[in-house]
Amino acid sequence: MEFFDGFWIQLVLKVAVGLLVILTGALVVIYAEVKIGGHMQTRIGPYYAGGRWGWAQPLADAAKFLQKEDLAPDGADRKVYGFAPYVVMMSALAVFAVIPMGPDLVGADLDVGVYFVLAISSISVLGVLMAGWSSGNKYSLIGGLRAAAQLIAYELPLVLAVVAVVIQASTMSLNGIVEAQNETLFTIGSFDVALPYIFRGQIVSFAIFMIAAVAELSRIPFDMPIAESELTMGYLTEYSGIRFTMFFLGEYASMIGLSAIAATMFLGGYSVPGLEGVSANLGGPIVLLLKVSVLVFVILWIRWTWPRLREDQLQHLAWRWLIPLALVNIAVIAVFKVAF
Amino acid sequence: MAEPRDYNDPSDYSKDVSFPFLGLAKGMWVTLKALFTKPPVTMYPQEKEIPVPRARGVIALDVDNCTVCMLCARECPDWCIYIEGHKEEQPPSKPGGKPRARATLDRFDIDYSLCMYCGICVEVCPFDALYWSPEYEYSEEGVSDLLHNKEKLTEWLATVPQPPAVES
Repeated sequence: MEFFDGFWIQLVLKVAVGLLVILTGALVVIYAEVKIGGHMQTRIGPYYAGGRWGWAQPLADAAKFLQKEDLAPDGADRKVYGFAPYVVMMSALAVFAVIPMGPDLVGADLDVGVYFVLAISSISVLGVLMAGWSSGNKYSLIGGLRAAAQLIAYELPLVLAVVAVVIQASTMSLNGIVEAQNETLFTIGSFDVALPYIFRGQIVSFAIFMIAAVAELSRIPFDMPIAESELTMGYLTEYSGIRFTMFFLGEYASMIGLSAIAATMFLGGYSVPGLEGVSANLGGPIVLLLKVSVLVFVILWIRWTWPRLREDQLQHLAWRWLIPLALVNIAVIAVFKVAF
Repeated sequence: MAEPRDYNDPSDYSKDVSFPFLGLAKGMWVTLKALFTKPPVTMYPQEKEIPVPRARGVIALDVDNCTVCMLCARECPDWCIYIEGHKEEQPPSKPGGKPRARATLDRFDIDYSLCMYCGICVEVCPFDALYWSPEYEYSEEGVSDLLHNKEKLTEWLATVPQPPAVES
């Protein structure tokens, strides 16, 4: 196994496996979106592609998108226009580097993992703004500005919800946060009970985090930036071909990413009672995957149920409700942390 | 049963206010139920839709009943009916009598790319030459192929359902 010990070999392997898993995951979520959405609207959804249940639909869609001409409008700022999808995609992918999938299964166990996640995920705002500004299209511009306003507004409750967790766990490493949730809280007979943070007073933080995460993803009910009925497709209007595919896959990859972070911080991440040692490394990814699937399903479920918030209602929710609530929540958590 | 409300009275809107987020939760429940219900979908090319007997599928023509009176063509709001005809001399019924003239139909086309299925032609026909048929599978590759001639319209006559018995 000496071959696998080299730093560069490990790096290449980690990146290759990570990319494969994340992009496959994004395709699976796209399939789940169209299929679940179809059934929620009493339709069937994709049916023919691939022979059964339309399982090959996302692959066929991706192949179709890739064949399309990569158009750039005359008035576009070509360099920025071409680069924007890569910024969004990169920020969606880089988040996965610090998500622990087992006690030893982590791309990079940073001491400031939480900081890294928040910093990287807010880079996608930059990509969206670049796309909106450089397209040379008024719909794109309005969409980009709305996205910027929305993402700035919801970045705050997101960060504040995370701060509450960091206070309770006393660490900023995501591995550390999972281990803190894995510690024995009390024992019933000989059985050690460890509870994830959602059952340990972080339910409000969890709710705020998920609302802000859906807003960060610009998904319904917070999809004002790409509101089809008024902005055609917002900042995506002028994109086609491989660049549109990047945005599209990036959106679903970051959906998985944010769900994974929520699962790690509030639902106990890879850990589940009774899973320790080597089996934690083997079963961890599966446990995390199940938790992520539940959260992704809820996000899809919301998308196919609720109407869109108006722009002013959207800002109201962030500034007048979520941020004060998150601040009070931090104060309460901090008091409990110090008092007990 | 909810009590009747006065929509002009703004204070009455307070009845809209229920438990916070109850409406959103109800919506979630509706979509969740729909997710686990079999969708009422007819898989069309494999399974055929069964139209109701009086469905307005296509207009069929009985050539023998047509007198080329042009009423349908003139009443058609879309002007999608094309009729041409000529007179044919018939031998006199008695020797030494006057030869009769009979109108013969040369062309009866309906442009289904224009037809809006209003049924005025069927209503207005004084000799019951036009009928509604529930047949619906007559799509074509191009718009210009939707101009169907009288032979085609006559074929659809076989699909016209029997009218219900006359009430006494």
